[in-house]
Amino acid sequence: MERVAVVDGAMTSFGEHWNLSLRELAVEAGRKAMKNAGIGPKDVDALFIGNMAGGYFNGQEHLASLISRELHLAPKPSTRVEAACASGGLAARMGHLSILAGAYDTVLCVGVEKMTDLPPENVTSGLAMAADGDWEAYFGVTFPALYAMLARRHMHEFGTTEEQMAAVAVKNHDNGVLNPNAQFRFPLSIEKVLKSALVSDPIRLLNCSPISDGAAAVVISKESIAKKLTDTPVYFQGSGQGSDSIALHNRVTLTTLEATVAAGKMAFKNAKLTPKDIDLVEVHDCFTIAELLAIEDLGFIEKGKAGPATEEGVTARDGRIPVNASGGLKSKGHPVGATGIAQIYEVMLQLRGEAGGRQVDGATRAMIHNVGGSGGTAIVNIMGRD
Amino acid sequence: MRVASLWREKFGKYNLTGSKCEKCKKLHFPRTTFCDCGSTNIEDFTFSGKGEVYTNTVVRVAPAGFGKDAPYAVAVVKLDEGPMITAQVVGTDPETIKIGDRVAMTFRKICEDGKTGIIHYGYKFRVDNG
Repeated sequence: MERVAVVDGAMTSFGEHWNLSLRELAVEAGRKAMKNAGIGPKDVDALFIGNMAGGYFNGQEHLASLISRELHLAPKPSTRVEAACASGGLAARMGHLSILAGAYDTVLCVGVEKMTDLPPENVTSGLAMAADGDWEAYFGVTFPALYAMLARRHMHEFGTTEEQMAAVAVKNHDNGVLNPNAQFRFPLSIEKVLKSALVSDPIRLLNCSPISDGAAAVVISKESIAKKLTDTPVYFQGSGQGSDSIALHNRVTLTTLEATVAAGKMAFKNAKLTPKDIDLVEVHDCFTIAELLAIEDLGFIEKGKAGPATEEGVTARDGRIPVNASGGLKSKGHPVGATGIAQIYEVMLQLRGEAGGRQVDGATRAMIHNVGGSGGTAIVNIMGRD
Repeated sequence: MRVASLWREKFGKYNLTGSKCEKCKKLHFPRTTFCDCGSTNIEDFTFSGKGEVYTNTVVRVAPAGFGKDAPYAVAVVKLDEGPMITAQVVGTDPETIKIGDRVAMTFRKICEDGKTGIIHYGYKFRVDNG
């Protein structure tokens, strides 16, 4: 069985794109990804598109059809994939698996979300649809509230502090300053984070990733074709996916995301690698507590110790295990359906040594972690040059 | 909006009625028809409504329909019978609620679908440290 590789990709900048629609964002990323890969629509066998809430945010479902026509891929197969904030990561995984299955040779994976067309309280309601509608969101529970309750429990059991969570935001903004596609390109201080308004205690505004518009796309092919298209293929070396209860209240623990643990184990087993083999990690830091949970659940830091480790600089760009050198969702932005694909694009740049000022020197192997909802879905990929 | 869904969930949302597996005796909330043990021999079970705060927060930026209630307290409550449940905690300053507080279920208005829409009801909890 041939391996699967990323040939090339592209992303729009993340931010408030008042002049661009859902379809225009998707087309910009998809078109540029094909151009960068040196191919045209005729060379693509199928489209996978990740999007969480086009119906609610934009009054538009059936993106598979919409975007396939706009990218001139119709009548080829096109599939929209939804797993809340993991929609992009899952779309890429479906593309990856379809190539492994022998169905296609080359696929285009696009992730897109257009979030700023609705008033903020409606965006909050829309995002809450990734929680349990009848038994969480019905009672006025928001996404920041769910992660706040995960944070409270982590603080209660392990002594994690607000300062440690703030340290995640400061680190990620320090990295995001160096990322031209990032939404928030300004540095933070611990004090500034701790003085920002409470959104859902103990989560403050500057612990949250922003509401964003954006799209990202990657062209992925089986190895023999990827090698013809590029001198720098980036391989999927291991891939994993996990699930858990959509509602926090049906989980066994609230200090571990079991879906992340399952996806991480699957990816490491698949790749025959361990955390020691990974040079950099892009994790799903929709809130700062989410990064602390992720680096513990993926095995990079002992459970309960992610807060102190972050304060000590272990996860800084020049630390033992650089986490979110891109700026993460926190600084780069989080157009939910685009995030998982943008993470693949980011590590592709890192592994090719093309990440500019945020480059992690000598990185040859990276892990990506994309979460849906409050941990109901997790996608983990290990990407490498060899 | 979604009138039938409110009617359908009334036993859970109004009475705290969940399920009990007659085979392995596991209790479930919300209702289920299919236990982890594989059994479909499931009967209704109404919880006492007593429990304790397992984790909690204060919602200050509310979703549509909840704006006038903010800030309000939300918790995952561990019911004395075992299952956990997510709900608002009312009747106390939201900032004073903490993990381990004893709580009891109370029946309240949840929100309104605008001025002419349906009024949603359901369970909330109040601190009941005795």
